[in-house]
Amino acid sequence: MTETSRPGVSRRSTLALMGAGAMTFATPWVARAQAKTIKIGMPTILSGRVAQLGTSSRNGVMIEVDKINAAGGLAGRQIEMVIRDSKGAPQEAARVARELVNTDGCELLLDAEASSGAFAVHEVARDLGVFCIHTNSETSSLTADPKQHIPNAFRTARQGVHDSIVGGGYAAAIAKVKGLKKWATCSPDYAYGRDTTGEFVYYLKQFAPDVEIVSDAWPKLFQPDYTEVVTKILQAKPQALYSALWGGDLTSYIDQANIYALFSQMEVFAVNMADYTALTVVKNLPKGIHSGNRYIKTYPATAENAAWGDAYKAKYSEYPTNWSWENATAVMLIAEASRKANSADGKKLADAMRGLTIKSPFGADGTVTMRAEDQTLIGYAIGWGTTIPNEPYVPEVKSGDWKQILALEAEWKKTKGYT
Amino acid sequence: MDIDALTGCLASSACLVTQTTSGFIIGMLLFLVAVGLTLIFGVLQVVNFSHGAFYMFGAYFAMTAYQVTGSFALAMFCGAAGTAILGLVFERVFMSRVYGGDVLMQLLVCYAFVLIFDDLVRLVWGPEFRSMGMPSAFQVPPLFIAGGVVPPYYLLLIGVALAVAAILGVGLARTKIGKVIRAAAHNPGMVSALGINTGLIYGGVFALGGMLAGLAGALAAPVRSLTPGMGFSVLIESFIVTVIGGMGSIFGALIGALLIGMIRSYGSLGFPLFTDGMMYLFMVIVLVARPTGLFGKEVA
Repeated sequence: MTETSRPGVSRRSTLALMGAGAMTFATPWVARAQAKTIKIGMPTILSGRVAQLGTSSRNGVMIEVDKINAAGGLAGRQIEMVIRDSKGAPQEAARVARELVNTDGCELLLDAEASSGAFAVHEVARDLGVFCIHTNSETSSLTADPKQHIPNAFRTARQGVHDSIVGGGYAAAIAKVKGLKKWATCSPDYAYGRDTTGEFVYYLKQFAPDVEIVSDAWPKLFQPDYTEVVTKILQAKPQALYSALWGGDLTSYIDQANIYALFSQMEVFAVNMADYTALTVVKNLPKGIHSGNRYIKTYPATAENAAWGDAYKAKYSEYPTNWSWENATAVMLIAEASRKANSADGKKLADAMRGLTIKSPFGADGTVTMRAEDQTLIGYAIGWGTTIPNEPYVPEVKSGDWKQILALEAEWKKTKGYT
Repeated sequence: MDIDALTGCLASSACLVTQTTSGFIIGMLLFLVAVGLTLIFGVLQVVNFSHGAFYMFGAYFAMTAYQVTGSFALAMFCGAAGTAILGLVFERVFMSRVYGGDVLMQLLVCYAFVLIFDDLVRLVWGPEFRSMGMPSAFQVPPLFIAGGVVPPYYLLLIGVALAVAAILGVGLARTKIGKVIRAAAHNPGMVSALGINTGLIYGGVFALGGMLAGLAGALAAPVRSLTPGMGFSVLIESFIVTVIGGMGSIFGALIGALLIGMIRSYGSLGFPLFTDGMMYLFMVIVLVARPTGLFGKEVA
């Protein structure tokens, strides 16, 4: 038996039309209901060797988002975080960021990528005009270079040049006392490693002009084996070594350099050592590695910082990382900017955030500021000290002077042609 | 290019010892992974794209055993034995079903298991990087030979890898089971007709390949950070080694691994920004001159 179709509108089509009509009329109500929630997208690294830092970024954000939501939300809108794994691949970070805005309807972005991905997300923010805070990338040029500047992008991560000014001064003082003239460097071969190492060497030579770089090694990011890098440095017989390796790369390097007794043959300055991620993972941590502070709950030595570190540990059963406080700061700044603007709109938040100073457990003087001119964070606690294998890991930290940091940073910008 | 640094090194006995040992260390670990890969290809004609996962499991098994028992020897045993069992199960349950299939199907199955194994490690051990730590017996100052620096742990690593190479070479050439394996590689139908269980041979070879990768992972665990996905980068270099040495050739894998190790070691002095490029360039030159690899005819 064959079925013949009748002309005109079928019952199925009629039902479909009615359904579509109902949806059309219902849409404004749905939109109003959704407007009560604001989605914030967050591409970060949740797998691979850096996963621990990506997870700690998420934790740093959530600990503050929960507080804001409990207090009524962002200008009355509850925050919904949409967090996606970029696997540490720049092209994936860009794809995820674009999808978060275009498909998931995120109105703000927290770019919790390492520098390799942050520049890719930055271009997405430029293209879409979405409000974006780079929370982890420390590569100075991301905000210092005027070509990178866009009004909707900010940075709450510390900046490589700030660390290098303080680190260069600290290292130069030790170099003069101990007569360390022959130096080597070993840093990851990408924007952050190259920039930060160049800046450190620049300031080291500024403060100790007789220093000479006798060898440099640039292992790839996430390289599994550093044997040839370690032996290359040993061949050069330097008196001191600077490294901007971080996370699993740094712990791997320490394990491999340890068996060559590298740490007993030279003074080692590893800017990223003093972070709980690295400090707690390395089983045979050599004593006396010089490091910049990343996150330790004893620096700044304030009750607020210790309480924040303890609250984080109570919630997540581990200590925060450098990326934790940088991400938490982004949420704190958004909350304050929202209060100031009485809005959660990205453009209004951006206007309110420029030049904004907030109280912060991570501030050198209890506050941090989002500098208006280049939309990057200043005033955070910054210092260098030597590590020990047990808590508090860095018993004494020599603090950097922000007046000096800002003055030298201004000069550096001129030499780079940024101002 | 820093030719001065390279020639300076070649003129110094201390540098020669350190860099040559360094080349051996890099090469021997690569050899242990690559030899399993080439063995499986030689006998089963399967490019085991999931081979790096066995390296990863070997490292994690060893770390766990070391944390539980505190015994380095037991940690190495668990790393090797655990991956051998895993390899056997993987081959019998999954890979044996796609032997007759398309190469693409084999690659897809292997790639699927790369992702599955990575997620399994993430579930069991967590996504963060881990460190096994150097056993106290090896926390000793390095040896100084002719002025060059040689860590004792790396001497053990080189010794184990060379012993494996010797056992494999002699075992395949001189023993009865070695002859059966070689026969199965050349003509599995005939071996089967003689009443020999080829499935058992295939499973055994896969287990042996997995065990060697697992042993490499276990030996690397004290000096490398452990993370889900750690097998992938090793796998790429192992493929380069097998292509240079010749797919299916154990001796080729040994020579290929040592050549890559030396390129990396001396390359870091002479052309530090082109070390990886030099590895690939060398592979291309070998492929152009001898498409079957340096020892491609010596099929196991």
